Amino acid sequence: MPHQVPWLIFLLPLFSFILVSFILRPFFNHRPKLGGYVTIAAIGTACVLSFWVVAEVFGAPGHKLEIPDIQWLLISDFSIHIGLMIDSLTAVMLVVVTVVSLMVQIYSQGYMEGDPGYHRYYAFMSLFTACMLGLVMADNLVFMYLFWEGVGLCSYLLIGFWFHKPSAADAAKKAFIVTRFGDLGFLAAILLLFYTTGTFDIEALHGLAIAGVLAGTTLTWVAIGIFAGAVGKSAQFPLHVWLPDAMEGPTPVSSLIHAATMVAAGVFLVARMYPLFECSEVALTTVAVIGAFTAIFAASMGLVMTDIKRVLAYSTISQLGYMMLGLGTGGIAIGMFHLFNHAFFKCLLFLGAGSVNHSTGTFDIREMGGLRKVMPWTYATFLIASLSIAGIWPLSGFWSKDEIVVSSFANNPILFYLAMITVFMTAFYMFRVIFLTFGGEYRGGASSEHGSHEPHESSRVMVIPMVVLAVLAVFSGWLNVTGAFGAFMGHGEVCGFAEGFFGILTHPLPLISLLLAGLGILLAYAMYSAKWVSAEAVGRAFRPLYTLLYRKYWFDELYEKVIVVRVLVDGLCAALDFFDARVVDGVVNGVGDGTAAAGKALRRVQTGQLQVYVMAIVVGVVAIAVFYYLFG
Amino acid sequence: MDFGYLTAILFLPIAGIIVIALLPKPQARTIRLTALTFTLASFILSIAVFCLFDRSAGAIGQMQFEEKISWIPAINAFYHLGVDGLSLPMVILMTFLGFLAVLVSWKIELRPREYFIWLLLLETSILGVFCSLDLVLFFLFWELELIPMYFLISIWGSGRKEYAANKYLIYTLVGSAMMLAGILSIYFTTGSLGMMGLCGLSVASPVIPFAAMFFLLFIGFAIKLPMVPLHTWLPDAHTNAPTAVSVILAGALLKMGGYGMIRLCVSIFPEIALRYAPLLVALAVVGVLYGAAVTMRQRDLKRLIAYSSVSHMGYVLLGIFALSQISLTGAVLQMFSHGVITGLLFAMVGLVYDKAHERNLDNLGGLARRMPVITVVFTVAGLACLGLPGTCGFAAEFITFVGCFSSTAVGGIQIYTLLGVLGIVLTAGYILWMLQKVFYGPPLEKYDGVPDADNIEKVCIFSFVAVIMLIGVYPAILTDVIKMGIMPIVKLIGL
Repeated sequence: MPHQVPWLIFLLPLFSFILVSFILRPFFNHRPKLGGYVTIAAIGTACVLSFWVVAEVFGAPGHKLEIPDIQWLLISDFSIHIGLMIDSLTAVMLVVVTVVSLMVQIYSQGYMEGDPGYHRYYAFMSLFTACMLGLVMADNLVFMYLFWEGVGLCSYLLIGFWFHKPSAADAAKKAFIVTRFGDLGFLAAILLLFYTTGTFDIEALHGLAIAGVLAGTTLTWVAIGIFAGAVGKSAQFPLHVWLPDAMEGPTPVSSLIHAATMVAAGVFLVARMYPLFECSEVALTTVAVIGAFTAIFAASMGLVMTDIKRVLAYSTISQLGYMMLGLGTGGIAIGMFHLFNHAFFKCLLFLGAGSVNHSTGTFDIREMGGLRKVMPWTYATFLIASLSIAGIWPLSGFWSKDEIVVSSFANNPILFYLAMITVFMTAFYMFRVIFLTFGGEYRGGASSEHGSHEPHESSRVMVIPMVVLAVLAVFSGWLNVTGAFGAFMGHGEVCGFAEGFFGILTHPLPLISLLLAGLGILLAYAMYSAKWVSAEAVGRAFRPLYTLLYRKYWFDELYEKVIVVRVLVDGLCAALDFFDARVVDGVVNGVGDGTAAAGKALRRVQTGQLQVYVMAIVVGVVAIAVFYYLFG
Repeated sequence: MDFGYLTAILFLPIAGIIVIALLPKPQARTIRLTALTFTLASFILSIAVFCLFDRSAGAIGQMQFEEKISWIPAINAFYHLGVDGLSLPMVILMTFLGFLAVLVSWKIELRPREYFIWLLLLETSILGVFCSLDLVLFFLFWELELIPMYFLISIWGSGRKEYAANKYLIYTLVGSAMMLAGILSIYFTTGSLGMMGLCGLSVASPVIPFAAMFFLLFIGFAIKLPMVPLHTWLPDAHTNAPTAVSVILAGALLKMGGYGMIRLCVSIFPEIALRYAPLLVALAVVGVLYGAAVTMRQRDLKRLIAYSSVSHMGYVLLGIFALSQISLTGAVLQMFSHGVITGLLFAMVGLVYDKAHERNLDNLGGLARRMPVITVVFTVAGLACLGLPGTCGFAAEFITFVGCFSSTAVGGIQIYTLLGVLGIVLTAGYILWMLQKVFYGPPLEKYDGVPDADNIEKVCIFSFVAVIMLIGVYPAILTDVIKMGIMPIVKLIGL
């Protein structure tokens, strides 16, 4: 394979961005579909090339390809190269990013139809895809950080896509700033790494960590710093607050960026730097604990949300927590396998939510209902994805979730219990959405000025990507039934397919988690479909708990109202501003005024009367004479 | 004798002044075009110098394009010009901004002849500071810059323009007076005024202690930079100055401070610089955070950018007094980058004000639909300001951070650096908040029919964007030159 191929994977969407924003947008604005076609063609080609790269990596010794570097910057001994690192981890991410992105771009042709910002949308989506591909292929931390911020920028631009809505503009700003707090840790880790090792090269750093040169407290701090970046990007506790708000963006954006790819970049980062984490017990434990806590914490909020996209957003946070837990307790293969499966079914869930929104004009599940009959394709694909995320055998979610549960069981009982409770919650909130959205009778959709919406199935251009993703949501997990995926990522043993496929049901842990998922579905059925128990009554019975969850544990209030506004802007900044105006500048003006006042006083001496001056001279001469007579 | 590139660059604006002054009853258009021609010529020549600049290893530590003519033999003063890797980027920055400042001033209607004369004189004087290699010449240009600034602010300014002009003039003069004392004490110690010959000064019996000389010079530069707490003239001057003057003030004039610190304070007194580096680094970090915190409270767009300038110039101070090869290179790059970015930000504020006649953030909003081009460019400038990778803001800040973090000059500088890095989050906060206030949200009725940028303005702002991206994508284009100027200085420090 020529070395240009991986570069081309990255450059194609970048060219598409340039073409759409600098040529199509200014000169072909009357033909909006063109931008979409260009983007789809570019990403489609990148997708094909990605599969080529995967095939090459699979055959390569050590599952690694060598690509020559390019010198970027050199100041004395400080040099930065840019280059690509193509190994099994990258290969998996390439597939995820290009496939999901391609499906979302096709879907968007239908979803964004008629939007005045059509070209802008596709320009940003291309740029995002380029940055995301650059991120997963970068071979050094600086280059990676560049794309890390790049995807953050695209996320900002796309969350705020409908910038005339104040809520969207707020959400975009929030997303950028909250993730930047995490990036601060990442940047600090990069600085610390360069300070201790003098290199930014990821492979070299792996080597140093494995060799024990990079060790001890420094290594722990580095790993924690990198993890802080991952926490911001992957919306882990305590920086989780931006992701639910990010749902203000167009739904395909949420699907691609805030479900399947960018938010998973944090997980990818930890996996990429895994040899460093492995050498630090503290760091690995931190990853596992934060992951497990986030999983249950976010799932609990997902239980009560009424906006379909927010339920999915909390679900994403929770699943990302699972991935972190998998990384922290198991290893790269386990965390990455869940990332791989999650990308497809979660993307599909969002596309389904977008389809439902097109049909009903709302995201509020209380206004939906009965869509099963009018939207059979959306219903079927959404159901498959929900079963998959709930971890029902033999769908893909089952396989990766099972691995995480097993590895957490082996690691620590508390983490295991948290993971198990989350399994139950996940099944419950997903089927709550299913029963409320697709079951029962239609409740009228958005109550807008246009009257009520007549629900309908979405156009073919939207349904086909959903079907493709549904197929993946069923089968993507089968890649590791034999352990092949794990072997590709560097560990685990391979067994026969039938043995793996059915043999898993002879173990107790998978059965327990299946049972819990089934109970979750049953409870959702009891409350929202069969109405054996009234959901309102349950809400009333647990009023304080319900409020706590519904208000998201008051984290938004704590961060925005208390810390940012009260403490920082109206507190510290206001005090400093006052200090600046009154004290610092006050001294300056005081000196000026003082000088002026002194001059004013002295001015009186200059009377302009000759007699006074002569008098002063005489007095002066006499004074000097007396002085000399006395002391001289 | 070779072609005197630097003299030509330096005096082309003066030639422009003469032409404008001699034009009989000129149209405003003729004046503008004349000014544009001469500043453009100056810019092209400086690019030529950049291309011809010898980047080989043998040229490290050498002044290039030197011109030396005896000027005042009685005091051993020379007309001595030259550029090295440190001053060349500053010269290019100034000629670039000088050219764009004329475009920014395209719509000046009030007394255009005088306006452009002052503007051109301002360009020459700033260029003179960067090119001079003789202390008297340096000081002459340093002081010359005050005159055009005073008139430009007090005549073409707005708001409390006389107050701002007076404050600027007097504040700077206080610094200049100290600087002059410093220069005199150097002269009476060594009998020499040649800036290059003084590097790493060591004589047995100075007239006053070296540390005193260092701080006399330093305070003059620190006022210009400006270093917290000597910064309060800046917001006033910016808020009330006309747009083009703000562009030059933030873009090039402040850099005289940073340039002077490296060229004189650090080069002549490396040991003193090393001794007081911990104090100055701490002040730099205070400046970064303090500036950013105060920025958060600003309501006036121009004041907001001005305070963000205070914060970002803190990184320059931090980079300089971390005293390592990388950090100093980063500091110079940060000066260049800040010049372009903040120059563009002020140009954009000027445009918004021109169109919407409003600078108060509380009254602005929803302009994105009305002025899409301005929105895009303002956003790019803002993102560059908050250090987004791919823009020169990131390249400069990142190199500075790496340099500071790995510096051995100051104990515990890692902590200072991390505190400084915190500034990038604060920057993200106020920049995004500002963009949201100005451009996002529902369109406001009162701004119906507000126009977008016209073609002249587009040329101007896109030029800025091109440079921001160019340096951001490939910073080596500048750092390869800068490091040549920094290397001999770092050798003097001897770490």
